Amino acid sequence: MVATQTFNKEDLRQLILNQLRGLAPEADLNYLRPYDDIRETLEIDSFDFLNFLIGLAKETGVEIPEKDYGKVSTLEGLINYLLAHM
Amino acid sequence: MAEFLMPSLGADMQSGKLLEWLVKPGDVVKRGQVIAVVGTEKGDIEVEVFEEGVVRALLAAPGAEMPVGAPIAVIEAVGEAEKVAAPAAMPAAEAKTPPAPTPTVKAAEPVARAANGHRIRVSPLARKLAAELGVDLSQVQGTGPQGAIDKADVERAAAALKAQREAQQVVPAPAAEAPPPSAKPMDKSSAEFQASMRRAIALAMARSNRDIPHYYLETRINMAKALAWMEAENLKRPIQNRLLPAVLLIKAVAKALTRVPQLNGYWVDDALQVSEAIHIGFAIALRQGGLVTPAIHHADLKSADELMETLRDLIMRTRAGRLRSSELTGATITVTSLGDMGVEKVFGVIYPPQVALVGFGKVTEEAWVENGMIGVRPVVHATLAGDHRATDGRTGAEFLDVLNRLLQEPEALFNA
Repeated sequence: MVATQTFNKEDLRQLILNQLRGLAPEADLNYLRPYDDIRETLEIDSFDFLNFLIGLAKETGVEIPEKDYGKVSTLEGLINYLLAHM
Repeated sequence: MAEFLMPSLGADMQSGKLLEWLVKPGDVVKRGQVIAVVGTEKGDIEVEVFEEGVVRALLAAPGAEMPVGAPIAVIEAVGEAEKVAAPAAMPAAEAKTPPAPTPTVKAAEPVARAANGHRIRVSPLARKLAAELGVDLSQVQGTGPQGAIDKADVERAAAALKAQREAQQVVPAPAAEAPPPSAKPMDKSSAEFQASMRRAIALAMARSNRDIPHYYLETRINMAKALAWMEAENLKRPIQNRLLPAVLLIKAVAKALTRVPQLNGYWVDDALQVSEAIHIGFAIALRQGGLVTPAIHHADLKSADELMETLRDLIMRTRAGRLRSSELTGATITVTSLGDMGVEKVFGVIYPPQVALVGFGKVTEEAWVENGMIGVRPVVHATLAGDHRATDGRTGAEFLDVLNRLLQEPEALFNA
């Protein structure tokens, strides 16, 4: 439904960081580097990770299937995945 | 007339701080309605009533720290004729003033309150058992059909009561902790909250390791079929309805318990009391530290969607610090899953008076030998911590075996 909107890389970065801020309010996201494992770095469990993906799907229209979880474990990987699938 | 007492929300709870009333005198309350919010070591808990009635008086002011078992409100059961002489010491009208703080924490004793008569549904067996165990039925939360109190509810209440009394004997000096009620307005600082949660965990776990002779068993479970089933299932669903592996594990544990019920229940008075109902306490870690294990009621009877929904709801409310009283006290066994933290296996400490704890580690790819062939499979290490007073290793082994077999037939797992 929202997929009509176009996002560039920076938009997506901000959008992702916003979602993460909601999940891990105490974390300093400046320390999250492009190739860090997001879940490990921010200690996000499977439940919160699913919520994170639900939030992203609402904003971008992209529902990431489980088999692709390996491709979206880092900020960089996730941004590229979303760009390719929008 | 029934006094509504500060409920015991876990074996380790001594007192609770009344934070907020959600009803006022004159209000009609329904069974299961949340009437107050109470601050405990486990967060702010929504306290439910288990009887229809009319609120006649509120006996504790917001901010007051009340010992478990102390009357905090007077609720008149619906239809209850006013013939019973009102309790002598009824404070004038809707006294908002906190009652003189009961100095000793004695109030937790099972006062033989006249619970007969009014609208609590109780099975005959439960009523008999309650009389034997000295359980006050008006304080028992029914989990049976339409909120009826069944045998398991009474056993649970008795166990909680006993554990609580024991805990009180152990605690060295609650006296130091009893500031005059209503002194300062609510809101424990987060450091204080942390400290009190640590104390609660310390108390329960120290008691567990002191009293419970644990035995530990472990088995490796091939998760290939279960995960393939879940992935296929999730592909059919919109993302918001996706299932997590925890749902399969919880369901498998619950179903296995229907076949090996000896691990589901309580150790009370030197005897195992098996619970008919299966309420799985699921350990939820809080980001700021500490953990809470709210109960997933009747996990064996829930569908995949219901379990996922319950789990989602419990996790959110646990983290927001808004659980209900029935969720904090109900569990008949605990499941802990530390897989998200990357550990392969977890050997748990049983939460008394429960008699078992099931642990799951991370699902990892491991070498797996089958039919003389070596291959790679997603594998989870399932462990069981059992109370050796209640059961022997053989029972535990049988449980893990059944659990394993159930997870090999995921499509059948959710069939009734």
